[in-house]
Amino acid sequence: MKVRVLAFARVRELLGPPREVELPSGATAGALWDDLAKMCEDLPQLAQSTRIARNGRVVRREETLEDGDEIALLPPAGGG
Amino acid sequence: MFAIVRDPIDVAAIARLVRTDSSGAVITFAGVVREMSDDDRPVTGLSYEAHESMAADEFEAIAQEARRRFGPCEIAVAHRIGDLRVGDVSVAVAVGAPHRGAAFDACEFAIDELKRRAPIWKKEHYAQGDSEWRTNPDARPK
Repeated sequence: MKVRVLAFARVRELLGPPREVELPSGATAGALWDDLAKMCEDLPQLAQSTRIARNGRVVRREETLEDGDEIALLPPAGGG
Repeated sequence: MFAIVRDPIDVAAIARLVRTDSSGAVITFAGVVREMSDDDRPVTGLSYEAHESMAADEFEAIAQEARRRFGPCEIAVAHRIGDLRVGDVSVAVAVGAPHRGAAFDACEFAIDELKRRAPIWKKEHYAQGDSEWRTNPDARPK
């Protein structure tokens, strides 16, 4: 299955523009993060601070993803 | 009403959105880019980005909570993204309510919660030429 990954702020600078990621069926949000972390050596240190949203809703790492999901990687807020 | 905008914010126009015939008070707050960072480094500008649909959802939740706490009120927020310079308005909050107490309270609540919860990010650009993503001190933990 494929999911679309959007990243923001520091995480976006590390991962680049939105991308499609191929995952085994039944993969979790945490598994997606781990795959991305293997490709990017500076990403693991942001694991604690980055929230993962699935289709606009923040989810736990155990959340199972589905084909076509939009996954957003959200660093701590800095607006205002 | 919530909007992520790329052009300069007209604070008076945001205020007009929240006045109704039941408004006895209209409060506006403008967040402005300043020349110094919280750790006293000269700042030349800020860059903002946002997850726009999630930011809009978060605003709706904040506005509903504000009405539960402070009573009926109209709330409007515009947050600018892109590259801003010192003096630019980055965010405007306007509240219209029957009385000023509730309007002040709802306005403060709305900006505090937006800074804490909304998926919006800021990079500071310093006079020395470097830059850094800055997290709000009270950003919601995971």
